[in-house]
Amino acid sequence: MDIFRGLKQFFWPDKGFLTGSVLGLAVATAIGLVYPLLLRTLIDDMITPREFDGIMGLALLAVALIVVKAGFQYVHGFCGGRLGNRLAYRMRNASYDKLQKLSFSFYDQARTGDLMSRLTADIEGIRNFVGFGFAQLLNTMFLVLFGYGMMFYVDWPMALMMLGIIPIIGYTAIRFELQIHPIFRTIRIAISKLTTSVQENIMGVRTVKSYDSASYEYGKFDEGNTQYKENNLSIAGVWATYFPIIEFVASFSVALLLLVGGWRVIAGHMQLGDLVALNAMLGMIVAPLWTLGFQINNYTMSKAAGERLLELLNRHVDVQAPAHPILPKAERAGVIRYHDVTFRYPNHEHQPSALVNFDLTAAPGSVIGLLGGTGSGKSTVVQLLLRAYDVTSGAITLDGADIRQLDLSELRRRTAIVFQESFLFSTTIRENISYGRADATQEEIEQAAKLADAHGFIMELPGGYDTIVGERGMGLSGGQKQRIALARAFLIRPEVLVLDDSTSALDMETEHRIQLALRQVMKGRTVFIIAHRISSLRHADEIIVLDKGHAVQRGRHEELVRLPGLYRETYRTQFADRPDELGEESASGRKVSG
Amino acid sequence: MSRQFQYQDDVLIEKSFNWKQMARLFDYLKPYKGAVTRVVFVMMVFGMLTRLAVPYLMSLAIDKVIDPDRGNGSMGYLTIVFCVMLAMYGLRWWAQNYTIRHTNDIGQKVIYDLRSALFKHVQTLSFRFFDKRPAGSVLVRITNDVNALQDLLSNGVVNSVIDIAQLAGIVVILLVLQPKLALAVMITVPLLIFVSSSLRKRTRMAWQTVRIKQSRINSHLNEAIQGMRVTQAFSQEKENMRFFDNLNGSSVRSWNFASALNQLFGPVIEVTSAVGTLILLLYGTHLIQQEELTVGVLVAFITYVGNFWEPINRLGQMYSQLLISMSSAERIFEYMDEKPIVAEQEDARPLPDIKGRVQFDHVVFGYDPDRLALKNVSFDIKPGMTVALVGHTGSGKSTIVNLLCRFYDVNSGAVRIDGMDIREATLDSLRRQIGIVMQDTFIFSGSIRDNIRYGRPEASDAEVEAAARSVRAHDFIVKLPDGYDTQVQERGSALSMGQRQLLSFARALLADPRILIMDEATASIDTETEVRIQEALGTLLEHRTSFIVAHRLSTIRHADLILVLDHGVIVDQGNHEELMRRPGHYRNLIEAQYRFLSA
Repeated sequence: MDIFRGLKQFFWPDKGFLTGSVLGLAVATAIGLVYPLLLRTLIDDMITPREFDGIMGLALLAVALIVVKAGFQYVHGFCGGRLGNRLAYRMRNASYDKLQKLSFSFYDQARTGDLMSRLTADIEGIRNFVGFGFAQLLNTMFLVLFGYGMMFYVDWPMALMMLGIIPIIGYTAIRFELQIHPIFRTIRIAISKLTTSVQENIMGVRTVKSYDSASYEYGKFDEGNTQYKENNLSIAGVWATYFPIIEFVASFSVALLLLVGGWRVIAGHMQLGDLVALNAMLGMIVAPLWTLGFQINNYTMSKAAGERLLELLNRHVDVQAPAHPILPKAERAGVIRYHDVTFRYPNHEHQPSALVNFDLTAAPGSVIGLLGGTGSGKSTVVQLLLRAYDVTSGAITLDGADIRQLDLSELRRRTAIVFQESFLFSTTIRENISYGRADATQEEIEQAAKLADAHGFIMELPGGYDTIVGERGMGLSGGQKQRIALARAFLIRPEVLVLDDSTSALDMETEHRIQLALRQVMKGRTVFIIAHRISSLRHADEIIVLDKGHAVQRGRHEELVRLPGLYRETYRTQFADRPDELGEESASGRKVSG
Repeated sequence: MSRQFQYQDDVLIEKSFNWKQMARLFDYLKPYKGAVTRVVFVMMVFGMLTRLAVPYLMSLAIDKVIDPDRGNGSMGYLTIVFCVMLAMYGLRWWAQNYTIRHTNDIGQKVIYDLRSALFKHVQTLSFRFFDKRPAGSVLVRITNDVNALQDLLSNGVVNSVIDIAQLAGIVVILLVLQPKLALAVMITVPLLIFVSSSLRKRTRMAWQTVRIKQSRINSHLNEAIQGMRVTQAFSQEKENMRFFDNLNGSSVRSWNFASALNQLFGPVIEVTSAVGTLILLLYGTHLIQQEELTVGVLVAFITYVGNFWEPINRLGQMYSQLLISMSSAERIFEYMDEKPIVAEQEDARPLPDIKGRVQFDHVVFGYDPDRLALKNVSFDIKPGMTVALVGHTGSGKSTIVNLLCRFYDVNSGAVRIDGMDIREATLDSLRRQIGIVMQDTFIFSGSIRDNIRYGRPEASDAEVEAAARSVRAHDFIVKLPDGYDTQVQERGSALSMGQRQLLSFARALLADPRILIMDEATASIDTETEVRIQEALGTLLEHRTSFIVAHRLSTIRHADLILVLDHGVIVDQGNHEELMRRPGHYRNLIEAQYRFLSA
């Protein structure tokens, strides 16, 4: 019950609806049990003695009972529905808000499908149980209690005999539940296998087609498809075994009632009406007993769902906004300083630090270039600046203030990053560009697009700025996506702009145009550029070459090309075909050796 | 102002029933005709008859034995009735077991067949099909839409037949038992049908709205999670929450409306049927007074009438479900009716082992009819040559690659390999011999090993490692937690882009294609790695015709032939030295590169 205590905040505000749902059902059940008594009266007090005076009253009473019962049933349904819906609303909002706050380190590990199912299927499970399942579980207990109470009232020896079916049906129902539960889990696995195979097949369609692996892909798909079928058939098998048993037991008890009850009527121990009433009551009790297994299942599943949801909601947020942020100075100089920064990814304790004793001072208006191999720590440098992660030791300061003490969203508003992989939201190009500044005018948006050399191709699209892109910007080429992502960052005119290998899909000429434009816009502001191409870094005020988290070289382009090391090697590979500079290089080399 | 993400919605459907679709759907049941007939037969004879006979047996027992007025009190008779009932229940046990097993068996097989057929068909469709559609919507059709038909095709069909039969049976029995009372009670049937169908129609619409809102929430969640880094980097959390709150709120309102309507259902049916009860009680006792009815028959009537609403209700639900299912069926058939644009010709023959001559003969092609991507392109490549394609974004480099792999068909002209028009070759013989390394490497979930082996599933572990070694991927792979057995998920998001590209190199190398295409494949690899790959490329390119599309001129200067493209036209060709010697696009491009460097 701890789980439901944890979830209490979501349903307790609606305790009125909760009460309505439970009471409505209980009253409806109680009224339903009165109906067989009316039958008894009809037969024993009217038909048998042939006294039909009260029949009109009796019939109207029956109708009135049905109407009142229906009313209470509706109260139950209405309250349960409202309760569940409002609960789902609150839980979904809370989870969504939590997702907004969780840091990058969470998303490094998270799987979209898993999070999705927590926010959809799990919430659905809790909604059903709290809204209806809980009331129904209580109701089953009421029904058995009241029902047998009534039967004892009508004829206790018969009631005693009929008590025998409870353990039999209860036992079978629970056995059924135990068998079917694990299969449900395998079905979920089969579905996720099926979904993954189809999803990857579609998203990787170019790879699939170019390797002509349709038959291999079909094999993967077929595995999931077959498993899904087989698992569903096993469920049907369990159903086929248990369902008829329970029906048989229930039906057997009816036949037994007729035999023994008939004998008791003949022997004069009870009246015909009693028998008919008992028969009707028995029918009412057996139905919910049969669903007991489901109800228990419903409960355990929603408990598990609640557990998963609470795990998400109680997740620790690694990067937290300070409670009392330092107010930014009125005079914002924009000096960024890394003081002896070391960082190790939170989920990779066994791996070496991603960045070791890193120092850097970036004056406003400067361009910092970062070069290095895969995993050298270049991206880490800029992600720490955004507080995507917090440094393990050392500190990063902005105008002398530790960034951990600045307001988080203020910090992030002052900086803009363009990621390696451009992510576009499924909306218009206009909305995508104005993502960071919803109040931007059309001119500002177009200007940003022009800076990113995107205006031209956008205007060639059928809908221009109103073209809807989406699902990771499908329909656009890698270079086009990158340019929209660049425009998005340019539009907010950040104090610090970070380009994390975000021009890799552009040809050099385009990149060059963008860089020229950038130099105008970012005058007096700081730019970090991560790139593999020397041409992208060429004009940086300081280029830092990273290797395994260490800054191994730093300086300007002109200095670095003259020093032996990673930078010059890179330069040579990329510009080996430039005869004059190569000549100059080898000439200077000769001079040294000669 | 609140941001608006835009999602495509399904439309509310309330149109007339499409019998054609229905017939087409039921075609999938045809292979199981025999099984369906058997199940229906078993259930009708053993299941339904017991259900119809038992209340009658009870009425016999009451009237003939138990009723104190007219019963004979014979325990023997009562015991016989009891035994007959037990025997019937026993048969019913068996019949139910049989029915449940077989209806599900049929249903699952049909679903399996349908899904397989759909998946296979989608596999044959051309890129144009995928270009137009988001992956999610294709996925939903193959999974959810097919699942939506599951109930209809298994329990739905069988149960409907049985329900109709049961209704007919009850009507007949009631008429035989007491025609006057039967007719009186059945007056309420039209009323019930009218009330329930009007309510049901509104409920159905309401649930559709709920589903549409729900799928909008799902679409948004999916992309919100994937784009969370962008959201946080741009401090848009609050705006997103506001947007989601709207979405969520409107979803809950539609839920509230739908569930309020839905919950009305049971009570309304019950109140309506109360009219029947009233008639039954009043007119029934009247008939008893007239000696036209016995107590036992009255009790039987009460039971039968109780059993009457259930199938009517179920049939109504079935009809609703049928309408909803038909919209799924429609979506499925829409895909089934898509014709692959790049289709294999009837008389296509397998392309023999490729020697490597590639000709483009006056090729014209456009992705849209009005915008040509290639305008009259011709070239002739000798076997074993390395060809570089150079030009600006959108100049047509990737288009040449797409046409060579026959991902699209030319508008006019022809693409020939070893002199054979590739449209005359079977698709698999063509693509099996062409390897392509793409800009956007796709990593499948599974182990690293499986990913490398993708193009040649039968390759041995040693071969996989050898391929990884020659493209310098081995080093980083062995550093992963489980080496080659490390599981990668969600498009390989745990790997860097450079690492993903190295994997795709290994994948291509292992497949050992006759023609190799590298489409800007080295854009995201750091130079250090690239240097090592350049070395490996020597072996990779040896003895095969290869095409390299790259922005970095350093990667292409060793090509035997460089084709310079501009706006869909080849403007210059030759090797590096030749092209550098004369003024032209290529020299401009190269010189521009240095200009940028020194500007």
